[in-house]
Amino acid sequence: MGTATPTPAVTSATTPAAARPWQAPSEQAPPTRRRFSASAALPFAGPLLLFIVWDLVVRVGWVKPILLPAPADTLATLITGLAGGALLGDFLTTVWRTVQAFVIAAVLGVPLGVLLGSQERAYRSVEFLIDFFRSTPSSALIPLFLMIFGVSDVNKIAIAAFGAWLIVVFNSAYGVINARKQRVMAAQVMGASRWQTFRDVLIWESLQPSFVGLRSAVSMALVIVIVAEMFIGADSGLGHRIINSQQVMNVRDMYASILAAGALGYVLNISFLLAERRIVHWSGR
Amino acid sequence: MSVVANAPVFADLPTPAFRPGPAGTHITIRGLTKYFAGWPLYENFDLDIPKGKIVSVFGPNGCGKSTLINMIAGLVPIDSGEVLFDGKSLKDTQIGYVFQNYREALFPWMRTLDNIAYPLKLQGCSKAEVDRRMEELVASFDVKFDLRRYPYELSGGQQQTASIMRALAPRPEVLFLDEPFSALDFEMTLFIREKLQEVFMQTGTTMLLVSHDLEEAVYLADEVLLLTKRPTRVAEILRYDAPRPRTVDTLSEPDFVSTRRRSLEIFQREVRR
Repeated sequence: MGTATPTPAVTSATTPAAARPWQAPSEQAPPTRRRFSASAALPFAGPLLLFIVWDLVVRVGWVKPILLPAPADTLATLITGLAGGALLGDFLTTVWRTVQAFVIAAVLGVPLGVLLGSQERAYRSVEFLIDFFRSTPSSALIPLFLMIFGVSDVNKIAIAAFGAWLIVVFNSAYGVINARKQRVMAAQVMGASRWQTFRDVLIWESLQPSFVGLRSAVSMALVIVIVAEMFIGADSGLGHRIINSQQVMNVRDMYASILAAGALGYVLNISFLLAERRIVHWSGR
Repeated sequence: MSVVANAPVFADLPTPAFRPGPAGTHITIRGLTKYFAGWPLYENFDLDIPKGKIVSVFGPNGCGKSTLINMIAGLVPIDSGEVLFDGKSLKDTQIGYVFQNYREALFPWMRTLDNIAYPLKLQGCSKAEVDRRMEELVASFDVKFDLRRYPYELSGGQQQTASIMRALAPRPEVLFLDEPFSALDFEMTLFIREKLQEVFMQTGTTMLLVSHDLEEAVYLADEVLLLTKRPTRVAEILRYDAPRPRTVDTLSEPDFVSTRRRSLEIFQREVRR
């Protein structure tokens, strides 16, 4: 790929290359010591700036406090809410619904995607369906799911699972279809059967794109769960809380709930990135 | 019972008798035909590849050097014809293959050690057998790097060394090498070239090498197979019998120089044709 080939230690002209033991490139690399510097603080600059501007806007009175509370008040509401307040219950409800929807999507989606991808003709025959429903905003299907599942918890999880499942199937299938042909050929030339090639090469090749799919799927699941909580007669969850506090003009609680939803999405995304880096350790190398 | 009137009549064509190659032939290729996009790349191509020799394949661009060895190795399907290894078909023959692009040939999810042992595991070797063979390989390749690392943690030369070890692990009858050096820097090319020669002297494995570097092709070869432009035929097969191990001095010896010049003449004649 794009990375330069690491060259081994240069041997002097008098010693034959074979006589000098090879060193792994990672051993040669000079130890880089992380120095604490201004550049390490850069990621915090943006949020800090936002909070300062936000605070100024409220203090100067450009926006009425009834529409926008001070950031310190909002953060205080968020922290007390999450530290055992009512916000915590709604937060956990949303997490639990998202996790359920995601697990259903992953358990049903990855094996199906890998299977479809390894039978390219099978995938081509359902490709349009998958692409069509993947492109359809899942929220547009909420009324349909209402008719099937009624106004229930199952409905919210079902619609979120459906939207996430399509993404998982699509990514896993393409992962297998786009597997490096040469690795498949390498396995064949060593005498691997179709099943052995599938087990030892195709599944592994599909891992990285599958992870991309799972990561997008968990974000999608969260979006749909929040939307469903807002509009499908929920009595719990972050979506319900956001819209409720908006209607009673409890803006401090509304902003705290929005921040909680944002933090949830961010943490989910980051944890999937970290898991991917650990499990698909060869990705990008 | 109804009888079909005017049923088509087929003449009984005698199947052409199989012509075995000369004594010492390993791979016999008969009537090999391959079309690409309606144009013949190979048509009725015959070739005998000797046992226990290194054959370098050299020819103009687009004449299908890699396609030829890929067809013999079963990686590219042939339209018609027959390829036999000591009279056996490919499926009864253990082969090894070294790709040009080692990055996409090794499995990055396995440690280098497991990559090399993979063909042995496919064969169903026991743990003890695998360990014994791995020890032999490590000794004969004089490996100085840590095989427990993942392939992407190794340098290009180390990865290609591992690829060659993997190809040789199941003691293949034939080793195919498709431009194995062209992704490597010069230092690594020299190093692996020497390793390859050493392994050849130890094992006498039949090797088929595609190379775009004429000096390298002649240096390693017992026979230089020169191909024509497409539709591809054998332009000439040059023998080169210099004793092994060949060294840097070999490069300036008269028979090396003359073989290389002769190859170049044939090559240029074919390119201009």
